[in-house]
Amino acid sequence: MTTLSDPPGGSFRLSMLLNDTRYRSYTFQFIALVIVLGIFGYLGSNLMANLRAAGLNISYGFLGESSNYDINQTLIDYNSRSTHWRAALVGVLNTMLVALLACVTATIIGVIAGVLRLSPNWLVRKLMAGYVEAFRNVPVLIWIIIIFTIMTAVLPAPSAYRGEDPTASMLFGAIAFTNRGLYLPAPVWGPGSLFLGLVFLASIIGVFAYRRYAKKLLFDTGKLLPMGWPSLAILILPTLLFYFILGRPITLDYPALAGFNFQGGTQILGSLIALWWALAIYTGAFIAENVRAGIQSVSKGQAEAAASLGMRPRRIMNLVVLPQALRVIIPPLISNYLNITKNSSLAIAVGYMDITGTLGGITLNQTGRAIECILLLMAFYLAISLAISALMNVYNNAMQLKER
Amino acid sequence: MTKTVTLGALTVAAFAAGAAGAATLDDVKARGSLNCGVTTGLVGFAAPDANGEWEGFDVGVCRAVAAAVLGDPTAVTFVPTTGKTRFTALASGEIDLLARNTTWTYSRDVDLKFEFVGVNYYDGQGFLVPKALGVSSAKELSGATICIQTGTTTELNLADYFRKNNMEYQPVPIETNGEAQQQYLAGACDVYTTDASGLAATRAAFETPGDHVVLPEIISKEPLGPLVRHGDSEWGDVARWTLNALIAAEEYGITSANVEELSAGTDSPEIDRILGTEDNLGAMMGLEPTWAKAAIAAGGNYGELFEKNIGENTPIGLSRGLNAQWTDGGLLYAPPFR
Repeated sequence: MTTLSDPPGGSFRLSMLLNDTRYRSYTFQFIALVIVLGIFGYLGSNLMANLRAAGLNISYGFLGESSNYDINQTLIDYNSRSTHWRAALVGVLNTMLVALLACVTATIIGVIAGVLRLSPNWLVRKLMAGYVEAFRNVPVLIWIIIIFTIMTAVLPAPSAYRGEDPTASMLFGAIAFTNRGLYLPAPVWGPGSLFLGLVFLASIIGVFAYRRYAKKLLFDTGKLLPMGWPSLAILILPTLLFYFILGRPITLDYPALAGFNFQGGTQILGSLIALWWALAIYTGAFIAENVRAGIQSVSKGQAEAAASLGMRPRRIMNLVVLPQALRVIIPPLISNYLNITKNSSLAIAVGYMDITGTLGGITLNQTGRAIECILLLMAFYLAISLAISALMNVYNNAMQLKER
Repeated sequence: MTKTVTLGALTVAAFAAGAAGAATLDDVKARGSLNCGVTTGLVGFAAPDANGEWEGFDVGVCRAVAAAVLGDPTAVTFVPTTGKTRFTALASGEIDLLARNTTWTYSRDVDLKFEFVGVNYYDGQGFLVPKALGVSSAKELSGATICIQTGTTTELNLADYFRKNNMEYQPVPIETNGEAQQQYLAGACDVYTTDASGLAATRAAFETPGDHVVLPEIISKEPLGPLVRHGDSEWGDVARWTLNALIAAEEYGITSANVEELSAGTDSPEIDRILGTEDNLGAMMGLEPTWAKAAIAAGGNYGELFEKNIGENTPIGLSRGLNAQWTDGGLLYAPPFR
């Protein structure tokens, strides 16, 4: 009788951790982990010990205390009796506002400049090359300060609008450019404006429905409906009609000089404008290069094939080249958006109260809780950067080449 | 087991790192120079002159301390700090002494763990406005746009003052005095607010100082003084008594001109004790007997420093006011040297 048994498994010996390829990688990974944890542990305990030696402690209790300072641009309700936490939130919203504005503007500038860099027109091409090289090779902080200084020095102070014979006058009697910022008329929502809003929303849906119908008609029958003016008509006409039927529910509140400043209307702070446009034109130059790279990555044959089918140059760009170029453009675009968000922390140079200005500036100073504030700041920028890249990755996946 | 040993070793290492740097006096003596934090440039208080030499009222305090400790008023490394960086610089040990128009407040003293060694200038927050605005009182400033240096107590005082008087304003936060000046002159803000002494210094630098006026309201108490880190009382004593020596010197008529002559011996026991001719007060602090003599000889007594840097005959043109000796109706009162 023979007994079949498994080959001897061999008891586990300690030396196998180094000699056996099955375990060796785990050994080294474990050692690396211990070293990394050790370094962080050392840094952390060193920090705690030094704080203890200085009689300080880590505490976030200050966030619940009253902030006692005012902020000039608040998107949510805030006054000097609000808490430091609330001030931090105001800063977060201000950061997100300028980042959003700059991202949108930079994308528009970048796409236009990128496309024009490949223009057959020599002058246009060289102008755009000049823009790209000038703007991306000068630090963004310099651009922020240049724009802000020019605004302060060139635009008139509100007092120039005063008197019988003012040296400055408002554009269309409604918009005032001053060195404190831009004063615009603000809409006043009367009764019935909600209904008007719904009509406008319905019009937007209508535009999409029309375009879908036109596309279907094109694919089914080959009949090409005009796109431009009908879309515009659907978008505007119903809203305009109801605006007058409802007896003009939305009126404008015009800014007017009263006391030291313009009162009424909306003020867009000079610091916001400077930061927004500096970030937009600076990052726009980088995006332009991405767009150019994307377009050049699409083989020339594609455009030529489309042209031979009788498509017009603009259609070729919009329907053939750009959709394929997007696959190359989007990944670097994500890092450009992240850069805008992080570069917005330079806001303090012009006194724009973003999160670095409120939590990392005034709050840090008044409470002296530097480590706590900086940790919170890091957490915020990390969170917002991860959120942006997650969002953009979703878009990237949607745009990627579908392999079937 | 291994972990415990590792953690234990880490803790020991951490404590070793934490315990270093407690005796600032020894550090300064060993280094041979005093690291003194000053402003990034405020004429009269601390600013480099045409030759790059720092001079000013706060600088005078730095030089006096250096003279008292090292016997050499030039053995100072000046570290320019902003309103935001000053406390970190002091807490981290980058500077030994901060002499930078810093207001003595409860939370800075208690919560931030600093030790104010005295007051070298009693100040208060004021408002600077162009004459053309036609404003004669701070109570008329409702709705104004106000330039303010961020990271200072002035920001809090301003919020309090406008809330108390039920007025509106729009703050324009600014990082440095120079930028504030530029914004204010361009009309981007109607008002510039900071300590009244700072306003006087800023106005003195204008092309036409006469077109601007400091409003009469002083909305806060701003006792400005030098400060050191908590937990090193010996070093704190050195700074405190150097400042007191400058103040007492004015009271007893010791000036940079006659200090040499007086140190030969006088019939006033107090002067003799200050100058180290009688008793050895310096040794109690671990300094030379002539420490105070050196401090006074460095830039003169308190009154001389004041007149030379910010007094009525300088472009800053500040009067003594609260900063006169107690014998002249001011608040300066040095404790006795005995």
